[in-house]
Amino acid sequence: MSATDASLQHTPLHALHLELGARMVPFAGYAMPVQYPAGLMAEHHHTRSAAGLFDVSHMGQLTLSGPDAAAAFESLMPVDVIGLGENRQRYGLLLNDAGGIIDDLMFVNRGDELFVVVNGACKHGDLAHIALRIGNRCTVTAQFDRALLALQGPQAVTALARLLPGVGQLVFMTGMAARWNGADLYVTRSGYTGEDGFEISLPAESADAFARALLAQPEVKPVGLGARNSLRLEAGLCLYGNDIDTTTTPAEAALNWAIQKVRRTGGARAGGFPGAGHVLAQLDGTSPPARKRVGLVALERVPVREHVLLQDAAGQSVGEVTSGLLGPTADKPVAMGYVCADLAATGTRLNAMVRGKAVPMDVCALPFVPNRYHRG
Amino acid sequence: MTTKFTEDHEWITVDGDIATVGITVHAQDALGDVVFVDLPEVGQTIAQKDIAGVVESVKAAADVYMPVSGEIVEVNEDLRNDPSLANSDPLGAGWFFKVRLSDPAQVDALLDETAYNAFSANA
Repeated sequence: MSATDASLQHTPLHALHLELGARMVPFAGYAMPVQYPAGLMAEHHHTRSAAGLFDVSHMGQLTLSGPDAAAAFESLMPVDVIGLGENRQRYGLLLNDAGGIIDDLMFVNRGDELFVVVNGACKHGDLAHIALRIGNRCTVTAQFDRALLALQGPQAVTALARLLPGVGQLVFMTGMAARWNGADLYVTRSGYTGEDGFEISLPAESADAFARALLAQPEVKPVGLGARNSLRLEAGLCLYGNDIDTTTTPAEAALNWAIQKVRRTGGARAGGFPGAGHVLAQLDGTSPPARKRVGLVALERVPVREHVLLQDAAGQSVGEVTSGLLGPTADKPVAMGYVCADLAATGTRLNAMVRGKAVPMDVCALPFVPNRYHRG
Repeated sequence: MTTKFTEDHEWITVDGDIATVGITVHAQDALGDVVFVDLPEVGQTIAQKDIAGVVESVKAAADVYMPVSGEIVEVNEDLRNDPSLANSDPLGAGWFFKVRLSDPAQVDALLDETAYNAFSANA
């Protein structure tokens, strides 16, 4: 399948990507820009130093409305939905009945509705899952035709505030409605790069003009999916399909932080989500997970990629890398992977088997590059 | 000196019984910023079309194949230390290794520049 395959969908920014000279690749059923002429490294560094504009319109946007929406959505996820304040955003996980992760997502309480952003490759499955499980309790509306842009980097706020005054008031993981040239936008101060930044949901017909207005700001350059991947990995963030999937549970994936106390064993609304028995037993210590997701740094300058096997000093297979590359900002090979729980401690030395040769790696704390979210 | 090309996007320049091998402009462009190369060992004998090395960008890894059979007589340590030479000067300072040809006739069967350009334009 090539990026010109007629079966691929186009985002509302397709013409702009081509005009900017992007290299297009198939991703989640869409033709998406993997990089622009500046190249992955320059785009990565530009995002960390100024502001990068990403088209993430392939991602799925949907709303859940009705008086029972929060309670209903909470029955699908191990997170606190009911207690989320208005215009606040939270990370969530859809689980299957075995506690495996169907998708990871972000949701906002917009007062009269929950606004949810899910992964592009999962969006049709998520919609079917949500409609099947809670469609009788709330109104589930797909907005897959809306555009989604991410503006990420330390200068994102300066650039975006020229177009949308007021966004500077937002702190990390909060949102606000905004208007631009007659279009209804919803802006959250969040993203997937580890940097300060924003995600902007807007109607498809306004996306091209809004993206051009952002690119006209001196701080802003377009950034493709290639750098999005290197940025999120350095930030220690999971890529669905690589680092988490239906065979991994929240505790195995070291996503314990995403599960609030109120939903855990002993909490006021403990359990009541798919796979709760297994998931909570792994979290409360009754049945700790046998493997865990960890960060890994190679001691030699050899990139260690997904599917590379990890061995202990005795040559026993103890895990596998799920994402890995030479981190442009970290300036060393960084990776994430799953290892036996007794080898998950920071500082544990393992060997990655790259083309038959052992590359030593140390288990290390995530993220690889410090997060710089604007917490106010 | 003749320069020939392979469908795996290597170039090879022959000088007597020694040939220099690297990756093409098209190959480095498709890979993006090269951050790592794995080179063969000097003294190793490798058959035509076998894997002789690896070239990696942040986003992808690709094998480098032997355009011809022969013994590795030198590898480019400058490239190992600065893989970006494969981008900035792929046909010059970004060479990968030198090989002593075991069958010089293999070179004749490779693509010439015109044929390679036509091939890579459709690749």
